[in-house]
Amino acid sequence: MRLIKSIGDWLDARLQLGATIRETAEHSVPRETASWFYVFGSAAFVVFMLQIVTGIMLALIYVPSAGEAWNSLQTLNHSVTLGWFIRGLHGWGSDFMVAIVLIHMVQVFLFGAYKYPRELTWIVGVFLLLMTLGMAFTGQVLRFDQDAYWGLGIGASIASRVPLMGPPIVNLMLGGPIIAGATLSRFFALHVFVIPGLLIAFVAVHLLMVVKLGINEWPMPGRVVRKATYIKEYHELTKRDGIPFVPAAVWKDLVFSAFILLSVAACAVYFGPFGPSGPPNPTIIQTAPRPDFFFLWLYAILSLLPPSMETPALLIGPVVVILGLLLLPFLFGEGEKSWRRRPVAVLTILLVAVALGTFTRLAGNAPWSPVMDAWSGIPIPAEFLHNRSALERQGALVFQVKQCHNCHSLDNQGGKRGPALDAVAVRLTQDQLIRQVIQGGGNMPAYGKNLSPAETTALVAFLETLHPAGQSPARDASRAVALQPDSATPSSGHP
Amino acid sequence: MTLPAGFSRRDLFMKIGIFLNGIVAVILGVPIVRYLLSPVAHERKGSYDSWVPLGSLEQFPPGQTRLATYRDPVVSPTDGETADIACWVRNVDGQTFQVFAINCAHLGCPVRWFPQSNLFLCPCHGGAYYQDGSRASGPPERGLFEYHYKIDGRKLLIKAGEMPTPGQASSIVREISPCA
Ligand code: FES
Repeated sequence: MRLIKSIGDWLDARLQLGATIRETAEHSVPRETASWFYVFGSAAFVVFMLQIVTGIMLALIYVPSAGEAWNSLQTLNHSVTLGWFIRGLHGWGSDFMVAIVLIHMVQVFLFGAYKYPRELTWIVGVFLLLMTLGMAFTGQVLRFDQDAYWGLGIGASIASRVPLMGPPIVNLMLGGPIIAGATLSRFFALHVFVIPGLLIAFVAVHLLMVVKLGINEWPMPGRVVRKATYIKEYHELTKRDGIPFVPAAVWKDLVFSAFILLSVAACAVYFGPFGPSGPPNPTIIQTAPRPDFFFLWLYAILSLLPPSMETPALLIGPVVVILGLLLLPFLFGEGEKSWRRRPVAVLTILLVAVALGTFTRLAGNAPWSPVMDAWSGIPIPAEFLHNRSALERQGALVFQVKQCHNCHSLDNQGGKRGPALDAVAVRLTQDQLIRQVIQGGGNMPAYGKNLSPAETTALVAFLETLHPAGQSPARDASRAVALQPDSATPSSGHP
Repeated sequence: MTLPAGFSRRDLFMKIGIFLNGIVAVILGVPIVRYLLSPVAHERKGSYDSWVPLGSLEQFPPGQTRLATYRDPVVSPTDGETADIACWVRNVDGQTFQVFAINCAHLGCPVRWFPQSNLFLCPCHGGAYYQDGSRASGPPERGLFEYHYKIDGRKLLIKAGEMPTPGQASSIVREISPCA
């Protein structure tokens, strides 16, 4: 013990850091900030440390070459002792980091912490969020598998829509005209050098400002921020009712961080690492690429936007959102901090959360994607074939063989791209069915050229059987009249 | 007093120092920027935009659409499997061909050909194209990208090397008019 102390003294005599560190650690913070609501920032920092450590460990084995990356991940998963665990920690750490950064941001927003004098802390924080998302995306690319390959293609296709600058941006992003070795290398440089370097610098500035400006006090309804008086009031508050950050407040940060790290480890053990999915071979096209969890909402938006709105929304949307976040502290730099007095702020958060949650959930089962093997892999349920005529069964066959099942479900099985057909005969008459099949329309291709008249007749005969037992199919009343043999000569007109 | 003179002397040296570093910054900066922008500068354009063989004509029977693969004309040793690219070849009538990019015109996912219904379907957001590549339905705003092709003896060649993306008006892809 004495030895440790004397080494410490020797070091401090030369480094001259002890007093500064002690002062920073013990600086006075408002009493109520020693709260479980104030632990997310430190937790994000701790997970970031975990990412750095596990990232370096992965770099010991990982080969950033388009030819080798996938194989080196297999080696990590299967051959290297506990390689799968380190991959799991890094992958789940990434998800936890994005989640915690988002929660931290929501808390800061609802507690009004972005207001004077902490505007710059917020702005740096916005960049930290963007970098965290950038790390998540580039990390997904480094897991150089099928999803990464086609994900890059999607990224390039989005980037190409930037007016005028599109094609050069694509080439810059891919490191050439096509996804190849250079693409992975530059994403490696981004993920391992550029973004982490910026992250460390920005985190340092962010933390420095938190220490210098003091942690945001617990917002009280009615305690209004005014630029003229705020700093004086804050200092009075910390003097009157302050506690030393260490140890009075820090223990909750420590407990929460430990809990988060344990959760990451538990997920890594229980669920294992992410992928890699199939090898990044562009000639294997039996694939339906899906983005990682935190980009699922984007996937949903890209699928649901009408085509004409897509490019503007893709290019303008992010700019508007980021500008809005950056301008927030300047537009609302003063006033009430408490969320109890800021209904618009609370509603905004609720709206964004519900929207993102809905989009993410939708993207989980992606109803807009055809089920590419439904036509050969999912049979028509037997009850739809019971007591049917030969023609109708022939139509059921056409339904399968022409891939109708890929987009239309029967009994909730098959694609959800188009409407379910369980009761289509109630909605459409025979003529309307024929027209829809032959001409398409809505979101349906026209099958006119691809079905023989016999196939169309059979298919429509089958579709006409699709109605609930107690409900008769839609009929065109005038047609029934026209087809009646004796109605051709109307009796009323007889002399 | 010599102090102001000495001060301006220091000032001068300081300015010379800054000036020298400015020159060095330009000398180093220009090559660095050129290096960074090399993927954009079209120095290699001639080589990547070139004719590549898809195989002999016998592989593509008339009236059918088949998957073909070609090797990226500019291969680097670290490309691995990514150097082999797929595309769809449609032999229209024995003489005319259509070679479609594998990338959906919406956001680049790999489209799949279904000969039974004569449609290309995209697994990502449900885009569909007719057999001639024109848009049938879904999010894509245009038809499939089509490569220029030529027949050399009994071999089919296409002009390839660039990933087709919706925003680019590149020479290797031409727009397919809807409802051909
Ligand atoms: S990428 Fe094909 S429909 Fe979106």
